Amino acid sequence: MSYKVLLIEDNEGDILLTKETFEIRNVVSEVLIARDGDEAITLLENLMRTQPANLPDLVLLDINLPRRNGHEVLQFVKKSIQLRHIPVIILTTSNSDRDVNMAYRNFANSYVLKPISMEDFIQSIQLIEDFWLGTVQLLKSDYSPA
Amino acid sequence: MEHELKKINLLLIEDNEGDIFLIKEVLDESTMIEHISIATDGEKAIDYLVNEKNTLPNLIVLDINLPKITGHEVLKTIKANERCKQIPVIILSTSSNERDIRESYQNFASGYLVKPTEAVSFFRTIELIESYWTQFVRFPNGI
Repeated sequence: MSYKVLLIEDNEGDILLTKETFEIRNVVSEVLIARDGDEAITLLENLMRTQPANLPDLVLLDINLPRRNGHEVLQFVKKSIQLRHIPVIILTTSNSDRDVNMAYRNFANSYVLKPISMEDFIQSIQLIEDFWLGTVQLLKSDYSPA
Repeated sequence: MEHELKKINLLLIEDNEGDIFLIKEVLDESTMIEHISIATDGEKAIDYLVNEKNTLPNLIVLDINLPKITGHEVLKTIKANERCKQIPVIILSTSSNERDIRESYQNFASGYLVKPTEAVSFFRTIELIESYWTQFVRFPNGI
């Protein structure tokens, strides 16, 4: 199985490190990048309309993003019947209770605190890979909702 | 680790005694799990969660095929309840039926896992739940 991940992140260092960590194993075949909330929503809208089979299997979402923030992107995904089944993992440096509670109340699938050390960062990405892409049952997006 | 991780409380909603035994066998070893509560049917689970005297769990592991109220109904109730909708719910079921998986995600399950039939794989799945959810994950309500 090879999976497509959508990474919604504005920090170039984190983008590079996340992509390189996914390259270590062959589980993820493609990492789509959106660098702000607007770009993420536009990308998802386009895929839904034109090529739903190419929607990502997993979304990694930062909170502090330019234009529309992570909470708005999360609400967009979870309000959509066509997107809702895609797990959205919040991956952020924000440790505020307000962000955590709001994310879970908007049905984030999980909230991962971005580790600061590189070693822990790589380990957290690989645990995300093991759990969400190696163990959890995901659904393909190429169906029409009944 | 930069932030201090706190131990979590887990609610297991499961009617199969063998599975409860195996899951507890693995999770009791965890230094990151403070307490595991068990509800053996859907009704007990909901009664426990909506009772304001009870401390809410940080994570719920939920079976689908349960006596009285099915796991789907339990999930819907949790996710529509203002007191407990923020708690992540992982489905752990023998069913690999696509309809069960789809319905679970539509009702905001955090993740859907199929119980492996073979013991070694079963243990590995529970170990992975433990290592993923206790190392870098933050939970609602300050944990």
